[in-house]
Amino acid sequence: MTVSPPPPAQQRMFDTTALATEVARRFGTAVTRTSENGGAASWFVVEDRSALVPLCRFLFSEAGCGFAGMIVEERNEWNLRYLFLNPGCGWVYCILRLPLSTRTVPSISVPVHPADWYEREAEDLFGLTFQGHPRLGDFVLHDQVWQEGLTPMRKAFDAGQTQFELRPQQDWRPTLVVQDPGAFAMPVGPVYEGGIGESVHFLLETVGEDVIRAVPRLFYNYRGVEKIAEGKSLWDVLLLAERFSAKSAFAHSLAYCQAVETALHLETPPRARHLRVALSELERLRHHAGVINGICRSTALAVSESHAAIIEEKLLRASAAFSGHRYLFGLNTPGGLRRDFDSEATSALLRSVDDALQLLERLEQRLSYSSSFLDRLEDVGVVSPASARHLNLLGPVGRASGLRRDVRRVCPYSGYQHFQFQVAHEEEGDGYARLRVLFAEARQSASLIHQAIETLEPGPLCADPVPIRAAAALGWVEAPIGAAGHWVSFGRDGTIERYRILSPSFRNWMGLHVAVEDFAFQDFPIILSTFGLSATECDR
Amino acid sequence: MSFWFWHGLRNGIQSTRYPHAPETAPGVTPGRPVDTQFSSAEEAAEAAAVCPTGAIHAESARAVVDLRKCIWCQRCRFGCPRPLHWETSHTWAAGSAARGAASPLGSPFGHSLHVMVVDAGDCGACLNEVKQLNNPLYNIHRLGIFFTPTPRAADVLLVVGPVSENMKGPLLKTYEAMPEPKRVLAAGTCAITGGVFGRSFMSHGGVPSVLPVDLEIPGDPPPPLAILDALLLTAGRAKHSTLSNPETAPSPDHGPRLVKLP
Ligand code: SF4
Repeated sequence: MTVSPPPPAQQRMFDTTALATEVARRFGTAVTRTSENGGAASWFVVEDRSALVPLCRFLFSEAGCGFAGMIVEERNEWNLRYLFLNPGCGWVYCILRLPLSTRTVPSISVPVHPADWYEREAEDLFGLTFQGHPRLGDFVLHDQVWQEGLTPMRKAFDAGQTQFELRPQQDWRPTLVVQDPGAFAMPVGPVYEGGIGESVHFLLETVGEDVIRAVPRLFYNYRGVEKIAEGKSLWDVLLLAERFSAKSAFAHSLAYCQAVETALHLETPPRARHLRVALSELERLRHHAGVINGICRSTALAVSESHAAIIEEKLLRASAAFSGHRYLFGLNTPGGLRRDFDSEATSALLRSVDDALQLLERLEQRLSYSSSFLDRLEDVGVVSPASARHLNLLGPVGRASGLRRDVRRVCPYSGYQHFQFQVAHEEEGDGYARLRVLFAEARQSASLIHQAIETLEPGPLCADPVPIRAAAALGWVEAPIGAAGHWVSFGRDGTIERYRILSPSFRNWMGLHVAVEDFAFQDFPIILSTFGLSATECDR
Repeated sequence: MSFWFWHGLRNGIQSTRYPHAPETAPGVTPGRPVDTQFSSAEEAAEAAAVCPTGAIHAESARAVVDLRKCIWCQRCRFGCPRPLHWETSHTWAAGSAARGAASPLGSPFGHSLHVMVVDAGDCGACLNEVKQLNNPLYNIHRLGIFFTPTPRAADVLLVVGPVSENMKGPLLKTYEAMPEPKRVLAAGTCAITGGVFGRSFMSHGGVPSVLPVDLEIPGDPPPPLAILDALLLTAGRAKHSTLSNPETAPSPDHGPRLVKLP
């Protein structure tokens, strides 16, 4: 089941105009260009559905774009947006419109492998069939508790429908297993690690020592966030954006707020932008300390585990002492921040960050001398740069495999372009490379917190309120796990009509099996911990 | 490699003295909103209006907080015309409204309490706060409380999350696999009332709709000490009343009851 990446195609860098010219040259009238929302993004409308797959293949394999996700909207027609990120010219949208009576859409997941799970998700939730997709069915809505044919993301479905007793209650069994003399499958989860692990299920299959197939089964935590957001006010959806994945609550609420700000043309004041950078980096620092703690725990190096745990808890306390909440809830609001901080609070925060960084550096140094620890990480869970590109892995995991992608750099937001930082990256793609990237990013975060706070100018903290209008926009951030996007579309009545979360964990979970397969059973928890994934961020 | 040994020794004991001495480090708890007296009924109504979950209601000039619904959004704390009073306690776990005051498990469990945690659709915060209890700064092993990987050895089921439809089956199986006597704790506002996820096509709106809950720990998320406090109550080891300020205890008709222990 190892995915063999295709040989790297000849890739060229395009800027916005060159990309438009090249698309026009290749596809003629089958793809037209539009300026739906204006801005710096490129928008292409696929007029002839047979041009969709070649267009996406061109963007992904030849124009060097990363696939950023798919947004399905049901209006008076199907509106499918395929979102790409081009390092040379920013966001590229490919829009496919189909009449509502259509049920089949061409699948792009053969040439654009990272689209695979997005199509499975859309099939489950919207009832669309993706022609040519190898594997559809039982994904978000688990077959054992869900009636076939009910598609909850359709507008006609009532989110308050709670007739749980009508649903089937069966046991799940896999549909495909490895067969070979001596082959066996080991199920893990969804309740495991004493429950302190998140709810995920794995089927690890082996014929002896090495895992030859690892299939994660997710969405145990699916709470239908995108569905229950529909029809709610923007303030209520903010609560959901903050609370569906609390370990990166600030990043997600920031992405959501930025989407609302773009849609409503709200200009965030500089003071709020600086504080947002500081708080985002504080969250990243704490998150990475937590992941490092997980890595130490998985290798059973108890003292280092304790050391990392103390750093995480100290940063949680520093967050609460600074902002009032240990996970930075209730701070972001469309237009800025909800509360200001005085210089006493900011200098106390800087002191805590410096302390934490000092402890982290000491930990890093000691770990780099611990041969028994390094043996468990080096050359374990290797994701080659080609596989990482093929799967489009995000965040520290992608960067440890040589993908120097960071939306703080490619499409800066909240004033990141004014700060100095390096995009940490490594080439080896093994567990140790991922650990080094985490430490390097933590260092960059601490420096960014300093820069943001030291250049803080007095001034207003929030933009003046504006009337809500029917508009849609994407907000994006580099969340601790990787690039995250929130798509917000307002209806005429000012409520949210469609809310879509493009979550980094969703993507990286899809790539996890590449790292696990062909490694020994006992390496599995270690590889899992170096990915630092969140099930709830994936499930939504 | 021996440096780890020296490192451990040099750092000494960092664990909190709680519950033998209060823990006052800044940031151990986000605190909580408490009932607040205003000068007029209009002001109290204004204070109640900012709450997105209806956790505050006005009783004449008094704004009364139902912690079971509070999601710690801080909208009644910062940037609002009538801020509520917030106190920095963490001892707010209380017996479930449906089951009345929980009966502690009793002395055999006093110094050996085994806890099974189930993530039933949690956002990661409550789970992370539970995980912090293993942190040397809290170190619940010193109190004889252990997390167990198997329900067969568990005395307490600690559930986080609003009970997503896909997790209901595994949750019920875990509960059934536990021997009697057992207690169920719902940690976090989502686990009590569904929180922001409420009751919907994929969320059961809290543990009480699928299991009998003995003790509720409000919080979004409840800080580690609030969870620790609830575990001590379950083991029959907490001597204090659960709400540090009896005046702020919600009355029985709209919220959890105060747990009085012998
Ligand atoms: S913190 Fe938020 S949910 Fe809690 S009482 Fe205040 S306004 Fe209501």
